[in-house]
Amino acid sequence: MNAIARLSIPAEAACAHCGAALATEARGGFCCAGCEGAHALVAGLGLDAFYRRRDTADGVLRPAAEAPTMDFAPLARPGRQGEFTLELMVSGLTCGACVWLLEQAVAAEPDVVQARANLTTRRLTLGWRGPAARGNELVALAARLGFRVAPWSAACLRADEDAEGRELTRALGIAAFGAANIMMISVAVWVGWDMGEATRAGMHWMAALIGLPVVLVAGMPFYRSALAGLRAGRMNMDLAVSLGVLAATGMSLSETIQNGPFTYFDSASSLLALLLAGRVADRAARRRARQAVAELLALQEGSVAVLGAGGIAVQTPVEQVPAGARLLLAAGERLRLDAVLEGGTALLDTSATTGEALPRSYAAGEALPAGAINMGAPVVARVTAAAADGSLAAMGRLLERAGRAKGRFVNMADRVVGWFVPVVHAVAAATFLYWWLVAGLPWSQALVPAVAALIVTCPCGLAIAIPAVQVVAVGALFRRGVLVSSATALERLASADCAVLDKTGTLTEGRPVLLPGVWSSAQLRRAASLARASRHPLARALARACQAAPVVEGVQEIPGQGLRLGCTRLGSAAFCGVAGSNPGLTLWLAEPGAAPVAFRFADKLRADAAAAVAGLRALGLEVELLSGDAAPAVAAVAREAGITAWRAGVSPAEKAARIEALRAAGRRPLMLGDGINDAAALALAHVSAAPDDGTDLAQTAADLVLRSENLAALPAAIRTARLAQTLVRQNIGLSLGYNALAIPLACLGYVTPLLAAVVMASSSIIVILNALRASKEPAAWTA
Amino acid sequence: MDSLILLMPVAMLMGFIALCGFLWALRSGQYEDLDGAANRILFDDLPTKKEPKP
Repeated sequence: MNAIARLSIPAEAACAHCGAALATEARGGFCCAGCEGAHALVAGLGLDAFYRRRDTADGVLRPAAEAPTMDFAPLARPGRQGEFTLELMVSGLTCGACVWLLEQAVAAEPDVVQARANLTTRRLTLGWRGPAARGNELVALAARLGFRVAPWSAACLRADEDAEGRELTRALGIAAFGAANIMMISVAVWVGWDMGEATRAGMHWMAALIGLPVVLVAGMPFYRSALAGLRAGRMNMDLAVSLGVLAATGMSLSETIQNGPFTYFDSASSLLALLLAGRVADRAARRRARQAVAELLALQEGSVAVLGAGGIAVQTPVEQVPAGARLLLAAGERLRLDAVLEGGTALLDTSATTGEALPRSYAAGEALPAGAINMGAPVVARVTAAAADGSLAAMGRLLERAGRAKGRFVNMADRVVGWFVPVVHAVAAATFLYWWLVAGLPWSQALVPAVAALIVTCPCGLAIAIPAVQVVAVGALFRRGVLVSSATALERLASADCAVLDKTGTLTEGRPVLLPGVWSSAQLRRAASLARASRHPLARALARACQAAPVVEGVQEIPGQGLRLGCTRLGSAAFCGVAGSNPGLTLWLAEPGAAPVAFRFADKLRADAAAAVAGLRALGLEVELLSGDAAPAVAAVAREAGITAWRAGVSPAEKAARIEALRAAGRRPLMLGDGINDAAALALAHVSAAPDDGTDLAQTAADLVLRSENLAALPAAIRTARLAQTLVRQNIGLSLGYNALAIPLACLGYVTPLLAAVVMASSSIIVILNALRASKEPAAWTA
Repeated sequence: MDSLILLMPVAMLMGFIALCGFLWALRSGQYEDLDGAANRILFDDLPTKKEPKP
């Protein structure tokens, strides 16, 4: 969106703080008062160098109009010497200069003892002496600089994730150390044809001394996964790797003891090093995507205003609100708990829970659906269930179950391994039996060609073939705004054969957009200026429609009615003195000496929805539309987007049932949806995607999150996934071809450790080079 | 060939020291934020703030 804004306005006028393009009547080089304040703050601290090194997207660092309302004090952990530490997730922390600015600005406070920001995980660790409530001021400081701050929570990252990554990195370091040092010895043995037998034995013992502990320790991730696979009754890639490595090590040890000519410690350790490197890179790429999803989720999490005894609202984390508490739901706020309306009427946008595009009105005593957004005046509601017992938590548990079922998907590598491993081991066993029983060698020497066969076929190329493609493809998609968080998502995406789409918030924007009307552009600008003072969804939509409108001071908001500045009014029909009913979503502008004008709003189709649907169809996917909305609205959207198969008034359970029916018919449905009502269908689908402005439940359930505003990213992602699958198949073919050549040589006893090393390295390099093609833009990416 | 008796253990020892260094760096969290560490070196700390007395 920023890129678009930048294209349409000359680039020279940019905000001095956040870099956003400036409207013509800018206020002294700044886009808003927040940026002006932030710039003054930065300059006052002597941190101007930030602006010369800033490398963030334009407009990201624009401070929010309102200070964060959440109370961070209960989250601060007390230390031993009266200090407190607080862990935060910081959005907008995207470049080295941002890290520096944030750390220096916070550390400049005299009582701060620790301020450390992590650019990879976007985590800020704060430590200070003094009261816990001081944390709120430090958070406010970060917010004034333009960073959006949320509590670091379990949603950000699973706790064991870090430990797992550290173990892999440690194993890689050890394996790399072993491989390099053993190779040094091995090369001496290979070229040292005049080496005495005693020296050679010494060399082999040296290699064994390094090799045994390295294979034992660095191979642990593989052994563990192989055992887990066996327990589940499955042969996986790690089993093949483990068997190959352990066989090579055992045979080398026996050769060392008997003073044989060759050992294979170098093959075993460099194989481990290579595979671990692939695994570390694979993990890092996926973790980056998962981190971005977690960031979206953490920003959605938050607190609710609970009314205390004296009628004072206290911001409380959602999990701590008991049933029976009274909530104050402000305009534009999302209801996060099941509740009933206490009094008056409420106008709620239920598009996330039912798919209806028009807001619905609720009377006192009616149950309000969790997940709806308040479109009217602030209302008071009584909580009927605590968060853990509520409908959203029940949905979350359902998704978890569905997600586990999806985890049983067997990827292509493991399918190949399923027949490859038995074949290879049968060949190795036959080789051993032939040399031992037929050719009459002693068993220890007959073992050598058999293990050599295991080593050259040890699926080095095969094991690296898939991670290599995954790393490149997931990285390429990440750069284009598609976040892939699941390991098998690409493979499932490539094989999808029909698409089920949601309407509200998915094909459409999911929020009100200003319709053309009979107002003049000057009236729009004045109305938008007023609207900037409010958080009401319609006021926000109006402000979005005219970004260039200046901010005006002194606007007064009358909750539930409208905004007033002097004699100018913006708000409901009654508030502006217009008689008659108020069809749909309308704001009226009443100015002295002029007739009131109406600004009408509606949910609009995304700009590229039709193109995306056509793109999906061009890829051979049948497209259908399932919506909870009423038939006329769905029909209109389906016609505009070019979809012939559509159904209206579909409940969440019916959506899930439709997906199950498709799967039962042998289809592989791709589900695209954003709402709470889509979450079950998303979790059940063969593969699923959610836009990044969707609800947190939908994003958790989906395999892909589309971060770019346009839906065209989806067909493009399918093209990338299909290209990646083609490359994976090529890579598997390449490494199987290599094996077909190497196995006969090994069985006949011609393979030396040198040859094995050359075969292993060259097959891996070819496979990796082939994988790099996955980042190539598929032809019609921009279309 | 006599020199090997000395040189090989020395080479291995040096490699082992490097491995220990790596393990220490990993344990002390220096691999947690590779992007941040790469950028951090380009910026100076502000010299003004006094260390608070413990």
